[in-house]
Amino acid sequence: MTPAPVTPAPPLTEPPFTEPLLAVRDLRVDFGPAPAVRGVDLELHRGETLGIVGESGSGKSVTALAVLGLLPGTARIGGSVRLEGRELVGLPGRELARIHGRKVAMVFQDPLSAFTPVYRIGDQIAEALRIHQPLDRAAARGRAAELLDLVGIPAPGRALDSFPHEFSGGMRQRAMIAMAIANDPDILLADEPTTALDVTIQAQVLEVLRTAQRETGAALVLVSHDLGVIAGMADRVAVMYAGRVVETAPVDDLFARPRHPYTLGLIGAAPRLDGRGGPLVPIPGNPPAPGEGGPGCPFAPRCPLAEGRCRTAEPPLAGAGAHLAACVRADELAERGPAPSEVYPVPELPAPADPGPREGRAQVLAVTGLTKTFPQLKGAVFKRKVGEVYAVDGVDLDIRRGETLGLVGESGSGKSTTLYELLRLAAPQAGRIELLGQDTARLDPAAAHRLRGRLQIVFQDPMASLDPRMPVGDIVAEPLHAQAVPREEAARRVPALLRQVGLEAAHADRYPHQFSGGQRQRISIARALAVRPDLLVLDEPVSALDVSIQAGVLNLLQRLKAELGLAYLFVSHDLSVIRHLADRVSVMYLGRTVETGAVAEVFERPRHPYTRALLSAVPLPDPAAERARTKVLLAGDPPSPTVRRQGCRFRARCPVYAALDAGRRTRCEQEEPQAAEAAPGVDHTAACHHPEGR
Amino acid sequence: MTTTVLTDTVPVPAGDPAPSGRLRLVLARLTAARGVLVGAAIVLLLFLLAFLGPYLTPWDYATPNYTAIRQPPSAEHWFGTNGIGQDVFAQTVRGLQKSLVIGLLVALFSTVLASLVGACAGYFGGWTDRALMFLVDLMLIFPSFLIIAIVSPKLRGTGWLAFVLLLGLFNWMITARVVRSMTLSLKEREFVRAASFMGVRPFRIILRHILPNVSSFLIIDATITVGGAVMSEAALSYFGFGVRAPDVSLGTLLAAGTGDAPVFPWLFYFAAALLVLFVLAVNLIGDGLRDALDPTADAGRPARTARRPRRRNP
Ligand code: SF4
Ligand code: SF4
Repeated sequence: MTPAPVTPAPPLTEPPFTEPLLAVRDLRVDFGPAPAVRGVDLELHRGETLGIVGESGSGKSVTALAVLGLLPGTARIGGSVRLEGRELVGLPGRELARIHGRKVAMVFQDPLSAFTPVYRIGDQIAEALRIHQPLDRAAARGRAAELLDLVGIPAPGRALDSFPHEFSGGMRQRAMIAMAIANDPDILLADEPTTALDVTIQAQVLEVLRTAQRETGAALVLVSHDLGVIAGMADRVAVMYAGRVVETAPVDDLFARPRHPYTLGLIGAAPRLDGRGGPLVPIPGNPPAPGEGGPGCPFAPRCPLAEGRCRTAEPPLAGAGAHLAACVRADELAERGPAPSEVYPVPELPAPADPGPREGRAQVLAVTGLTKTFPQLKGAVFKRKVGEVYAVDGVDLDIRRGETLGLVGESGSGKSTTLYELLRLAAPQAGRIELLGQDTARLDPAAAHRLRGRLQIVFQDPMASLDPRMPVGDIVAEPLHAQAVPREEAARRVPALLRQVGLEAAHADRYPHQFSGGQRQRISIARALAVRPDLLVLDEPVSALDVSIQAGVLNLLQRLKAELGLAYLFVSHDLSVIRHLADRVSVMYLGRTVETGAVAEVFERPRHPYTRALLSAVPLPDPAAERARTKVLLAGDPPSPTVRRQGCRFRARCPVYAALDAGRRTRCEQEEPQAAEAAPGVDHTAACHHPEGR
Repeated sequence: MTTTVLTDTVPVPAGDPAPSGRLRLVLARLTAARGVLVGAAIVLLLFLLAFLGPYLTPWDYATPNYTAIRQPPSAEHWFGTNGIGQDVFAQTVRGLQKSLVIGLLVALFSTVLASLVGACAGYFGGWTDRALMFLVDLMLIFPSFLIIAIVSPKLRGTGWLAFVLLLGLFNWMITARVVRSMTLSLKEREFVRAASFMGVRPFRIILRHILPNVSSFLIIDATITVGGAVMSEAALSYFGFGVRAPDVSLGTLLAAGTGDAPVFPWLFYFAAALLVLFVLAVNLIGDGLRDALDPTADAGRPARTARRPRRRNP
């Protein structure tokens, strides 16, 4: 696939009025006593894209699976699902299997589970073809190659003979799309198809989905938690909450004039790549667990607009035309069209004390030329070293007091390795790490131990990073004990710490499993703050959280930073979050820092081709803006880090390089680009021979 | 996994009670569990019986009485008499004394040893691991029975405490291996890494994070060991090591009475019943302890039936 700017075709705003292809009426699914889906109505017309958006536990995936009849035997399904007028609920398994693949095909979140690991990709696609079509072996194989070519897999002839594990995540997802469209289905169901993928790969896969839809004319049902993805792909959107559709509308209408407070909150809670924005609006509380909740509107406990009548009966999905909402105050919202911050209480964030000019502030962390290689081993019993993996190869970081540095990179960029190298507090393989003015290569054990108290970390997975067998009070006090703070003093500080992160002192006697994800992450933060560190390392602290919960945690981090003058090293793959929280940003590619600078500079005037591609790949939760953007699609996957290339390591995917004439190419091929300032005195450097702008 | 989500509407208590800490919470849960109390009461009663029992009966456990051979239980001989006319009640309580202590101490000793060796080997890795595992393998291939047979005559003077140590010493290796492999996977968990990044010292990590998280296994293992120790002591005694005639233990009584059980049931069933009761009580305590240490225990049980298949982002 050659990189080319792609403008998505404008979607059909009004679906042609015909008999719906798929009609779901009052679909109910329960596992045991707890209902997971409580009466869902959906309609899907030929050729359109329906986005189903919702947070975890909203029942969106269960709905999709129920439509396909793919739920496990323990699930009880009620209601009706009609495909071209034919009832699917209650159909025997064999009949359903005939419909699968032929009429309805599925693209899963995890493509590895959809392929049998021991068969070749080509054989599996050919088999899918031959089940439904009278093709001989050779013809099926030929068609499979065509399909792989269609989804942009290079050298499809060779790819046919590969095993699933030989493909990268993005390639597997493409192959799965190829298999899904093999029999020209009428409906393509994609359940979180890009959630496990990096953003540049996500952009590729979404593009492939569009192509697939165009080629087959199928209707697409896209299930996602990401408003941006939905905004860019869908024609119509259904928002799900607590097992029901709470709002459904054409995509532009939904984003511009949401009529359900939950939708409004979701939009307000998502940080945006383009706007700096003030604090995000968090939706208070947590979604109800299945089977929980009273007779009224399930959103009432969290809704700022709730009134008496909301709690008596569950409002039905109602409204005029194509825009329906299940809220008693929907008309009011439609009329007034308030911004999220006018409806939801916006937390007051203290203005950060002006830290003064950057040069004058003390350096908290300075990393130069950090390198870390791992030996590449082969053999099961006797491990031989066959090469080196250059996980980190030339990383520079610079954090001043009271500053947030966002570290961005896709998987394999070496950002986690960089973190662990920092936290080890030992001499790096090459380069230099200076933490609070002390060179880590020259620390004695006692000094290293003291330094640990001034550097704390918050991990990504709030469940895994808290000891399940320790009460929260002990967890929060742990770093205090480690730094030999007296027991009484530690016990005295725990309640204050818990309140500082928005929990209660009484929570100290509970165990982590009694808290929701967002609260657990707050406990992690309280623990990290206990010893009053100077630098907080945040390793993807919100990526495991739902967007409405994430907003609260991000606001908390912002408040703490303003109050305590902390410095953050914020590692994330989510550029919108970085844009929202960070002061400066550092972009990594294949173990190397490629661009660094003040957030506004980098996001508005990206200079390195990789940064530009990265930024353009992030979907905006705004359909109009999303359609208007020109996208730079990157070709292929990041290359293997086992070879140290001469010249620029981004070359193979670089759109700028591809457009250069031979004379100017040689520089990219032979010379490793060094970080160069955009202009003297501007905090913005890029490591590229042919940077954009200025 | 069950998650009881706390809503933001939990009432705020006035003032700040100091957090209780894990020990107090576990103790509170422990004493609130009925099984533990019942188990502890039974063990206590067994100890009372073992040490006060000899004073309740005029008979001595060792003196034969050739006029009353193999008599069934009666008012005079509560548990009857055996083949050479010794009073079975006197013998049983005497045996109980030994077996209670041997069972509990061996279990305690071998579990502590196993958990320390296993956790250190797993946590520190490298040479520590290799050395400790070499030791474990060495102990495993040693014919332990032979060693005990050779060593125990030399220990005759020191009483059965040395015997307890010996039994314990040959009983911990498998457990240590299991603890080691559990530690290896725990070590990769983020909360252990978080602790080490925070500067918590390795032994503290082992005590506070690793061992509590393998405690369920350790407790089950220890309760099994209690019964096992009593029986392996019997096997050794059968060959004349450990407890020697005329002294008795529950194990020797059982070994001697097994053959006679169909014809003279009192020779077997009283001792067997006490052993079963003992093991049962220890199990009750162990179960309670396990639940007290595992905070998800009571929340997990009723919800287990209601569990739904977990998939990401349902
Ligand atoms: S029905 Fe009431 S509680 Fe529910 S979303 Fe509307 S205003 Fe809020
Ligand atoms: S140095 Fe050349 S190949 Fe590398 S990013 Fe710049 S233009 Fe592309």
